[in-house]
Amino acid sequence: MAGAAGQSDHVVFNQVGLAFGHRPVFRDLNLTFPRQKISVVMGESGSGKSTLLRMIGGLQRPDSGEVAVAGESLAGLDEMGLGQVRRRLGMLFQNGALLDSMTVFENIALPLREHTDKSEAEIRQVVHERLGDVGLRDVDDLLPGELSGGMLRRAAFARSIVMAPEILLCDEPFSGLDPPNVSRIEALIVQLNQRLGLTVIVSSHHMASSLRMADQLCLMRQGAAISGTPEGLASSHDSTIADFIGEDGISHLARLQERPPQGGAS
Amino acid sequence: MKAVVQILGRRVIEWIASLGQMTVFAGRIVRALMAPPTRGPLIRSALFDSGVLSLALICASGLTVGFVLGLQLYNTLSRFGAEESLGTAVGLSLIRELGPVLTGLLVAGRAGSATTAEIGSMKATEQLDGLRMMAIDPIHFVVMPRAVALTLVMPLLSTVFVLCGIAGAYLIGVELLGLDSGSYLASLENSIRFQEDVLQSLVKSLVFGLLLAWIATWRGFSCAPHAAGVSRATTSTVVTASVCILLADYVLTALWAV
Ligand SMILES: Nc1ncnc2c1ncn2[C@@H]1O[C@H](COP(=O)(O)OP(=O)(O)OP(=O)(O)O)[C@@H](O)[C@H]1O
Ligand SMILES: [Mg+2]
Repeated sequence: MAGAAGQSDHVVFNQVGLAFGHRPVFRDLNLTFPRQKISVVMGESGSGKSTLLRMIGGLQRPDSGEVAVAGESLAGLDEMGLGQVRRRLGMLFQNGALLDSMTVFENIALPLREHTDKSEAEIRQVVHERLGDVGLRDVDDLLPGELSGGMLRRAAFARSIVMAPEILLCDEPFSGLDPPNVSRIEALIVQLNQRLGLTVIVSSHHMASSLRMADQLCLMRQGAAISGTPEGLASSHDSTIADFIGEDGISHLARLQERPPQGGAS
Repeated sequence: MKAVVQILGRRVIEWIASLGQMTVFAGRIVRALMAPPTRGPLIRSALFDSGVLSLALICASGLTVGFVLGLQLYNTLSRFGAEESLGTAVGLSLIRELGPVLTGLLVAGRAGSATTAEIGSMKATEQLDGLRMMAIDPIHFVVMPRAVALTLVMPLLSTVFVLCGIAGAYLIGVELLGLDSGSYLASLENSIRFQEDVLQSLVKSLVFGLLLAWIATWRGFSCAPHAAGVSRATTSTVVTASVCILLADYVLTALWAV
């Protein structure tokens, strides 16, 4: 079934259904995430954004339908097989999920130590580059519990990109960040996408950043998804979409269209 | 009446199902034990957490139990005029029973509960899922080192407990009640046989260690991913492990006699 998906789609949800107990989260969800594009998943709290990202990582299995990553269905894979797929993924969890018994440096170095045979010096260099990317300095020897919420998220972001994944999954990368750091992370995501060709799937409530960087916007509603380009969605006549993006979003889009794309990101 | 049978039936089925899951889980730990890398540093730090940090508790408890045994057995034996056998009585009861069992219960309360709480809270805060997403098996990275540590630590701590207990009874019997030091030590030395007593003691505590490691890691790994789930799992570890240790103690004692 996943074979039907074109080369251009990196992640495919095909008729996915999922319920927790008697509460359905997804009903026959069909959704594709194009290769080397930034997709932003939006939706109200509890609409299943985190669950969607967890399903791409194989952490949550669907009750029906299938999820395919890079043309490979996750349905038939055991933990070992999923491990192979996960090596191509980077994931930022909503609450960071850093190991709280290890220092920030060791946390970010961990995937490098496990899966590469880089020397200590190389590891040190890569980790510091990634920490620099997210604007953290002098945090090497701190434990995750000693960081502020925003620092923790950025350290977790650094860990999610340290293995240079093909697909980056970010669950609310902007929540709890101050405006300069929102811009920094947004610019970093755009840069990873443009320079390295990462496929990025972001869940976010941050309207301005989302609309600025999205190639594709997905709105989660009542277990299904509506997706399209931000412009396409904004100009559609479906009132629920306009409701969700809101006056602010639409005027923001109009402003964006007057400017060359991504001009502000440095 | 029918409802009672139904509930009972469901409970039994659930119990059998969870026993099946626990068996699969144990298999995964054993497989992780064989798979490279060996996780030496992680095992070492788990040994420190479960072993070294339990040492003070074990020494204090051993000494106290030794004091009590010294007093009680001295009084009992003196009714038969057999105070010189204090060493025998203290040594045998500590080595064959009290050492392994009390150490098992104490370590279940101290290190077993801590292991469950740690693994459980790692699950609740998605740290285990975070490892999975980095293609690192949490059984290999988190569970196996702690299971190995709990298992190995038990016979060692039990030995420490026994030695402290013997020393405690010596202080009471010899220093306080005026028994002859030589006769205490001689009766201890002459009555203890390696095969029957010391080996039994070590095998018992190793089995208790295995049981505790299995129960504590499973309860943490399978707990509901929130604070209430972790606290429930922690309590359950102490209760289940204690009951299992006492049951296993009877079974092993009975088997050894055969
Ligand atoms: N492990 C679970 N057990 C039971 N229900 C769950 C579980 N995980 C998620 N849910 C339910 O699934 C729904 C979607 O949850 P999810 O965390 O994906 O929402 P979200 O869109 O990420 O919300 P937020 O914006 O607040 O992060 C919610 O209704 C939640 O109650
Ligand atoms: Mg969420």
